[in-house]
Amino acid sequence: MTIYLNKDSKIIVQGITGGMGSKHTTLMLQADADIVGGVNARKAGTTVELNGKELPVYGTVEEAMKETGANVSVAFVPPAFTKDACIEAIDAEIPLRVVITEGVPVQDTAEVFAYLQGKKTRMIGPNCPGIISPEESLAGITPHTIAGKGPIGLVSKSGTLTYQMMYELRDYGFTTAIGIGGDPIIGTTHIDALEAFEADPETKAIVMIGEIGGDAEERAAAYIKEHVTKPVVGYVAGFTAPEGKTMGHAGAIVSGSSGTAQAKKEALEAAGVKVGKTPSETAELMREIMSSLA
Amino acid sequence: MEYQAKELFAKHGVATTLGVVVETPEAAKAAAEELGGVTVVKAQVKAGGRGKAGGVKLAKTADEAFEHASNILGMEIKGLTVNRVLVTPATPPVEEYYFSFLLDRANRGHLCIASVEGGVEIEEVAKTNPEAVRQIRIDALEGVTPEKAAAIVDEAKFPAELRDQAIEMVQKLWEVYTQEDATLVEVNPLARLEGDKLEALDGKVSLDENASEVRHPDHEQFEIREEADPLEAKAKDLGLNYVKLDGEVGIIGNGAGLVMSTLDVVAYAGEKHGGVKPANFLDIGGGANATVMANGLDVILNDAQVKSVFVNVFGGITACDEVANGIKGALEILGDNATKPLVVRLDGNNVEQGRAILAELAHPLVTVVDTMDGAADKAAELANA
Repeated sequence: MTIYLNKDSKIIVQGITGGMGSKHTTLMLQADADIVGGVNARKAGTTVELNGKELPVYGTVEEAMKETGANVSVAFVPPAFTKDACIEAIDAEIPLRVVITEGVPVQDTAEVFAYLQGKKTRMIGPNCPGIISPEESLAGITPHTIAGKGPIGLVSKSGTLTYQMMYELRDYGFTTAIGIGGDPIIGTTHIDALEAFEADPETKAIVMIGEIGGDAEERAAAYIKEHVTKPVVGYVAGFTAPEGKTMGHAGAIVSGSSGTAQAKKEALEAAGVKVGKTPSETAELMREIMSSLA
Repeated sequence: MEYQAKELFAKHGVATTLGVVVETPEAAKAAAEELGGVTVVKAQVKAGGRGKAGGVKLAKTADEAFEHASNILGMEIKGLTVNRVLVTPATPPVEEYYFSFLLDRANRGHLCIASVEGGVEIEEVAKTNPEAVRQIRIDALEGVTPEKAAAIVDEAKFPAELRDQAIEMVQKLWEVYTQEDATLVEVNPLARLEGDKLEALDGKVSLDENASEVRHPDHEQFEIREEADPLEAKAKDLGLNYVKLDGEVGIIGNGAGLVMSTLDVVAYAGEKHGGVKPANFLDIGGGANATVMANGLDVILNDAQVKSVFVNVFGGITACDEVANGIKGALEILGDNATKPLVVRLDGNNVEQGRAILAELAHPLVTVVDTMDGAADKAAELANA
């Protein structure tokens, strides 16, 4: 099985007519994702042709869901409009919402997160590559050509480190790989993904990739210790990052003695997680686990 | 900086005294004369502990203000040079409190921290007397209503005679926090002055860069260019995501996570090669075309400390042949200005084509290594040569 996303997922794209939206919708179609339409209030009633498929454009998420049975929406809307687009999708009760957009004001995300509480929507992102269940579906921008289906679950704050790790372990393959995003506030956390991978019978082991900033990795470590029985291998980026400087991702910043890579590594190791010093060493640790499971 | 935080406070009606920001001792003297009476001369840098470092001095006369400003200007506080001082009327507080709103990452919302024991580092109070530091969560949808503000003030145990003033100030500080899209609004000390008047005596505001980009073009005024590293300033002008570090191996990569990881891998490799370290963070994202690559290389090669450059790209959406052509084009653009060895590691989408382009180019400065760890080792070795 996969988590959150599978071959039956029906996907709509908010921002399908924009540059990023149309480019990545094409790539998602090439990954065999079942894209059923797009949303753009100003172009409702028209269609767009992408990758040889005629896709209807609807005025609202609610309408798109009613007409197509969509249960996943992927957003490529500009940061200024992301909050409203999210609220709309949550009101429409879309089960899974993936926000690719980078640069969303953090107070907007805080508002969206508060709005999500008690609602039926799971949000992934913002500022993330989305989610891929190889050979089944893709809701995001992860290249589908890197790795196929297999027994490993992957959850990462970083997009390119997701790609790198999928590439390192492409001979094994993945049930699902989720990029949860590098912003200070995100919808789906390491812990959410760990819980889902733990419950998924086909996921045999989990790779967790973190980076400096916040304490999500420390909290994930505490969760692993209590609730995760499957082997987990970890990697943390940013050991050499100086204090007080934002390293590309809005959330990647060491403040004082908190949020350091060292503290995260130690917390994970204390929870029994093997942590690699480099991505390749991390992949090597996973190989050892996989061969011991075989 | 303090004076900028105070400008934002004043804009939203938070009681504060702006004072005068000056860059010379002469101007400090003139400001003190203008203000009259006893003044305080305060170093303006983005760092705490200014008082302890000797960057805050009381001046009884304008001549004393001149003298203090001469000493403080040019002083280094936590590695930052003081280029300006704030001259304010001395208003000795009767009592000092602490107040802040900040982004609460762990709970994915906002947090208010308040204490009637302020004036010192709040982390210290939290250690010695944790009961005195109240943490109150703020719902992002409801915000700080008058009722919530009253609850905060009561929970923090502000003196009864200041209750109404404190409630008003809490609401105005929330206005600063939300309307300016801050991730931190801190007042320390929040002072009780003679006559039971509450005033923000010192403060700090951190702004969300994403929000400044999207809806606060006026926030650009808070950036102080001359204090940014010149290479960082140049990179910013070129639209590059660059952070200058102290090391010898220049780094170019795609994706924030991969670049952070590259810095680490280079630092490990450097342990075997005379302790060389990464010289910078530079994320060129998906745009690894010739112009972006040339701009990136240009910034890095202008760093006199750099001895070698490591280009680490994983072709996800970006194809490696485009990246290879980018490197080729960049070397053409730079011509004789490209003087330092380049170690390139490409993987992912169209990697064979990419490597073939670089093999055909056979540029004397370029070495292609297949793995990230191997390439980091080579780059560190070349930087130590």
